Amino acid sequence: MLNARKSTIFLVCLAVSLVLFVIMVLHARYGRAEAQSESRYRADLAKKLMVTDLCLFTEARYTRHPSMADLDTAFQDHPVSLEHFPSGSFVSPPDFLVRTHEVSH
Amino acid sequence: MKLAINRHRNIIDFALSSLLRRKIKNVSLLVVYTLIIFVLASLIFFVQALKREASLILRNAPDMVVQRLVAGRHDLIPANYEQKISSIRGVQDVVPRLWGYYFDPAIGANYTVMVPRDKMVQADNIIIGSGVARVRKASVRDLIAFQAYDKTPLLLMIQQILPYESELVAADLILMSEPDFQSMFNLPKGYATDLAVTVANPRELVTVATKIAEQLPDTRPILKSEILRTYASVFDWRGGMMIVILSAAILAFIIFAWDKATGLSAEERKEIGILKSIGWETSDVLFLKFWEGIVISLSAFLCGVILAYGHVFFFSATIFEHALKGWSVLYPQFRLVPVIDAFQLTVLFALSVLPYTVATIVPAWLAASADPDAAMRS
Amino acid sequence: MIELIQVSKCFNAGKSNQFTAVDNVTLEIGQGVVTVLKGPSGSGKTTLLTLIGCMARPSSGRIRLNGIGASFFPKISSEGGFDIASLPERFLTEIRRDTFGFIFQQFNLIKGITALENIMLPAYPTGRGHTLFRKRALELLAMFNISRHETSRIEWLSGGELQRVAIARALINDPAVIVADEPTAHLDSKLSREFMDIIGSLKTAGKTILIASHDPIVYDSHLADQVIEMRDGRITGAGLVP
Repeated sequence: MLNARKSTIFLVCLAVSLVLFVIMVLHARYGRAEAQSESRYRADLAKKLMVTDLCLFTEARYTRHPSMADLDTAFQDHPVSLEHFPSGSFVSPPDFLVRTHEVSH
Repeated sequence: MKLAINRHRNIIDFALSSLLRRKIKNVSLLVVYTLIIFVLASLIFFVQALKREASLILRNAPDMVVQRLVAGRHDLIPANYEQKISSIRGVQDVVPRLWGYYFDPAIGANYTVMVPRDKMVQADNIIIGSGVARVRKASVRDLIAFQAYDKTPLLLMIQQILPYESELVAADLILMSEPDFQSMFNLPKGYATDLAVTVANPRELVTVATKIAEQLPDTRPILKSEILRTYASVFDWRGGMMIVILSAAILAFIIFAWDKATGLSAEERKEIGILKSIGWETSDVLFLKFWEGIVISLSAFLCGVILAYGHVFFFSATIFEHALKGWSVLYPQFRLVPVIDAFQLTVLFALSVLPYTVATIVPAWLAASADPDAAMRS
Repeated sequence: MIELIQVSKCFNAGKSNQFTAVDNVTLEIGQGVVTVLKGPSGSGKTTLLTLIGCMARPSSGRIRLNGIGASFFPKISSEGGFDIASLPERFLTEIRRDTFGFIFQQFNLIKGITALENIMLPAYPTGRGHTLFRKRALELLAMFNISRHETSRIEWLSGGELQRVAIARALINDPAVIVADEPTAHLDSKLSREFMDIIGSLKTAGKTILIASHDPIVYDSHLADQVIEMRDGRITGAGLVP
């Protein structure tokens, strides 16, 4: 090992990385069976419970249920209420708040 | 062919020796480079998988949710609205939903309380999500003391804890029976939180929604398509935090490439002159620079992406937890289905490997094409 | 054998600072002969060396290489050999790599890498097997008694050791001709004499040697077969030393 050329070590490492990369790609394509069955379970549970939002940010009503957010969300719940960070920057207001369809007919 | 391979291996040998001369600088450069690519690739994997998950889960959301607004605020919806909506042509089913939020002062967490449609919860019992069990360190058959609307205690026993795989949907959920829900929140009789509407023909959704809005002007119907769109734009690259991270990363790549691109030092130029004088051609020198660039950037790219894949899909993206958690006390464990977005990864490759390698080669061009006798004159 | 026919080298032709470094030089360098170019600095010795060593092309005149094989040219001994001035750069570089070994005034070794790697560097772009030229490099280290410095960075070597590394590097591709530009300029008398001893052994091995020097230890040495005096780019006195 100590006597190995530097280029040999590098090329071997590179080859190993490339192999891992290929394995990664193949895993994403074919090795997801377990993950997919979990995904199906989640979808079924969501249907049973009539869920409308993913449980991502549990700090406030409108971060927990962004699709159910009201029109007054911009005014917050009380004065001096701070913007929720960083969830506020990840979740944009649903576009139907901008353009409600009852006006669009 | 063998000659070409040998030649490149020899050049790589020297490129590595050359990089190892400044071991600390180049190793730390490699580490930082890998780190940046790791963060970006983790984000790419995470967001893509999450969006996919959202569309899969929310495909099963109710066709339409009808909310009632009073003075611009979300208010309870009366039961007779249910009959009025049922009578609209095209409506297949209307289900009143009972749900709300409960703040747990002992832990500081918010839970979502729901009454499930089918009677899966017995009276005085609750089914809780795995996230709730985690923050309360609770197990099945434990008693939880809630505070009802009138500040009296409400004791409920844990009948079941939803499995780990359900986190993204139900981490913060507490499912209880309708009488218990009433004990806790005391909704006035004949009112629900909102209504879930099923429409026979999905193409008629907008028509039905318009009719509902006309007949019941204080309601706001929310369509499934709107629910799905909300999650299509979550974690968008143009949103706040993401743009900050992306800009910082791009800036870092620019700085690294700039450092290489702003010309060679006098010593590097002299060295290239020496190489040319002992028999290296212009192309040999350029390949040397090419390999110097590739060793750092390609290694960083491959390492960063592979580590990111492991991080997101085998370790539930734990490193993002502190960034994403914000004020939340209850944070879900992400069990995501692996997915690779080839386009975004290619863009990442183009951003991280190409400019750096080019920036290593181009400044050496002039020195590499210099006459070999220049070294004799120094 | 190397033949120069009315070779001139002019820098910055047509500009106000036009400068003729080598002026109408005709010269013959026989195989296995030690030739010394003698003259003050600015006399064109270095430029002449670069021309002979295929490092630069002459502005006018012809340079012929006789009896020197290259991978794409068979050995031509009867006719006038081939004229290097007309060769494309790639071929020129290949000839230079395989035929000539250079020893520079400042040694021009690469800092930060080992003596062994410095010696092997000229062989890297040839595409030859690493094991082969590594073996040769180790032999050269042994030949010059610096084997103990195999893995030493050259910053740690003394002047005399550096000189020997530089010579070893010039020999890695087993060239037919050794070209040295003021090799003893930074050496004391003892080391200069040691250098000439090494030159002697190379001559015995059949190498053609070309040295530019204004050091009497070099041009007065008994090893010098031919001493050519130069001044202002011209040959002022050329004589075969008896």
